[in-house]
Formats: sequence, C-alpha cells, structure tokens
Amino acid sequence: MAKITYHTHDNKTHTIDVQNGLTVMEGAVQNDIPGIDADCGGGMACATCHVYVKEEWLDKLPSKEDGEEDMLDMAFEPKNNSRLSCQLIISDELDGLEVNIPSKQG
Amino acid sequence: MNKTDVLIIGAGPTGLFCAHQLGIIGLSCEIVDNLDKAGGQCIELYPDKPIYDIPAVPECTGEELTNNLLKQIKPFSVKFHLNERVEHLNKTESRWHVKTSGGVEFDVAAIVIAGGVGSFEPRKFPVKECEKFEGNSLFYSIKDKSIFKDKTISIFGGGDSALDWAIELSNTSKVNLIHRRDGFSGAESSVQKVKELNDQGKLNLYTKFQLDSVMGDKNIELVKIKHDEGEIKEFKSDYVLGFFGLIMQLGPILEWGLNIDKKTVQVNTENFETNVQGIFAIGDICSYPGKLKLILSGFHEGALAARGCFKYAKPNEKLRFEFTTTSKAAQERLGIKK
Repeated sequence: MAKITYHTHDNKTHTIDVQNGLTVMEGAVQNDIPGIDADCGGGMACATCHVYVKEEWLDKLPSKEDGEEDMLDMAFEPKNNSRLSCQLIISDELDGLEVNIPSKQG
Repeated sequence: MNKTDVLIIGAGPTGLFCAHQLGIIGLSCEIVDNLDKAGGQCIELYPDKPIYDIPAVPECTGEELTNNLLKQIKPFSVKFHLNERVEHLNKTESRWHVKTSGGVEFDVAAIVIAGGVGSFEPRKFPVKECEKFEGNSLFYSIKDKSIFKDKTISIFGGGDSALDWAIELSNTSKVNLIHRRDGFSGAESSVQKVKELNDQGKLNLYTKFQLDSVMGDKNIELVKIKHDEGEIKEFKSDYVLGFFGLIMQLGPILEWGLNIDKKTVQVNTENFETNVQGIFAIGDICSYPGKLKLILSGFHEGALAARGCFKYAKPNEKLRFEFTTTSKAAQERLGIKK
C-alpha cells in the first residue's frame, strides 16, 4: 500500500491509498480522479496517462522502459519530469509519491 | 445512398469479426473507418508488436491479425468506406439514415459501433495560437507538398513522419526539424540521414527544443522555440508542421443520445445493444460490469450484437442457431464448394 497524491489541474489535491501492484494510472482511474484518460488501458500505446512527477521522486522511480520515452514524445506538453503513470507500479517504496496531472491529455 | 442491413463503425478487429458474424447469419453490412486502412488500433498503434492472447493463435502481430480477419470476411465482399467519419444519425421510421464527414449516406436497419476509443485524430500543439493558423500555414498532415517549395518549414516531432518529411522536404525547402530530446522514435536509418543533412547544412536540427510560440498576421511568419534550459530561439518560418501521432477522440458519438460513462458506451450483455434501440456497441468502446478490453471479448460481443441486429434487419424472420461446421446455409454464404 502506498499513499499517492494527485494534484489535478483545477488545483485540487487527492490523496489516495493505492494497493501494491496496481499502477499510478489505475489508482487515479479507479478513484475517479479527473485528467487521466488511459485510452489504451495501460499498454504504453497512447500517452494519455501522462503525469509530471514531483522532482524529488524522479530518481526513486523505476527507470523508463524502451518505448516510454517514445510515447512521451506524443504527450501533451512533455517535460523532464514527465512519466506515463501506467508504467509506475505501486510498491511500499512509492509511499508519499506526488504527481501533477496536466491540464489535458491531447 | 448505400442500402445495407447493418453499418459497422470502426474497422478494428472487433468490427471486422462482427462483419463475419453478420455474414454467417445472412445479413449484409458495410464498414466506415476514419483511418485510411482497416485494422484500427492493431494497425495504427502496434502493427509489428506481438499479441499472445488470441484464442488458438499463440502469437501474431497486429498486422497479421488484421490480414487474417480480412481474409476471413472475404466471402462476404464487405464494402469499406475508409477516411470517413460518421457524423449524423437520424431515425426514420424503423431504419437509420447515416451520413459521414465526406457526405457518404447510408440507409440501414441497425448500427454497430466498434469504434475503439474513438476515431484517431492528429495530436495538436499545446500552444494556443496554433489554432488560428491551422489549415493555412500550420498542418498535422500533408496533402499537397508542392505548396512548400522554396519556403521555410519548421517540422516538430521525432517519429517516422517527422523524420521522413524533414528528409523529403529538405530537397526543395529550407527545413528546421525540432524535437524535444536527443533520441528519436523513428527509424535509425532516417535519424542518421537527418544528422547527415544537418552536418551538410541542408537542414537545421534543434533537439531539446519545443514550440514556444508562433506569430504572424494571417499566416505564420515567425516561430519561437524554447530549450529545456530556457533558451529561446526564433526564426522566420512560412509553415509549421506537427507530427505527434494520433489521439483517439469520441467525437460525434457523444451526440447520439447514448449513455456514456468515461468515454465508453453502456450496453447490456445480452446482445450489446445501447440505450438507443438499433444501436449496438462492441469492443473497447462498450462498457458493462466485468468488461475486459481484450480482442477476444470484442469477438464475443460482435457475435452477440450481430444476432441482436437480426430482428431489426429481418423483423419477420426467425433466426435459428447453427454451427458453421454443419450449416448448409452458412457454408453457402462462405462460398464453400463441396
């Protein structure tokens, strides 16, 4: 279990307990947190679950697999702290993670 | 006017297999898709990637799956209307009148929406002013490359479309290629070619830059790009091209009075009909308790929706359940000669 904080574009903050093994994307979708579309369902094929990770967390996350950076090229306003939230699998180590959800996904 | 029993919206695997199931039970159908080819997400998102969970097919690619489905529906000579998006639906007595973006019209008894997550549309620049120039000096696809001759073009993106067009247009235009990072997702040979052209001064490559703003009166005149570290560069540019792939948009489907929840259409699991009689939804676009977004689920949904269409297409006939192995009628429809 990890507490994940999602900052949405409307300046609201949602802190959710997400079970280990789910992804940051699923945590948002299952709890109706707006702004993560996840069109492809977690297949790293669409870039609509794009989030900005709080800088201090960047090094603590599992590194990007081949393909994630390619998909991020397609994301709406990608930055250096951009990740696809479907690739961030929850574990105890991610307890306290904070992500910002972009204003839109495309 | 195209008169047929059923109109299928979406030529992905689910739509294709539904056409097969309609054919088996003796109904005609035509298929509309916004892309220029059949296959849907399989072709657009992962043509070369393997799929391992099609029953009885241990491994195949998106392209192989599509080709096999096309082969499977060949006996039914299904008519495809590609590069068309369904815009308007109108119920006239017991039939539907349908119109596409390109003005193609249909008169059908039932509609099956197999639209995936919506139709594929180009992803656009986040910069707001871009909208103003879209279609006159800013494009997301190229229809007529001759307009770029002897002009300055700024191309954004790092995939094959961006690289291929940068290479091709560099023969006749002054090309700036701008990409957000040093790595590219396009083919390695194209990346090498672009770097060579850059070294030879035949093209200007800017990496770790993204579009900051565009300026101009009627047409774009000036483009500003911003480096990761904040540096701004500006240059004159007659045209801006953005190649960021495609995103799926539900589009006009939202306006058809269907119950929609989180970009999906609610259906019953008996025949995958929506809240609107005569409109069915199958595949990734439909939702019901327990829905799995798998191709195999789409096949099942298509088989049941096809049978659901029967009562609208042939209201005075009774559909009898048959196996293709033993049904003479089904085998005749498949064109099997004994």
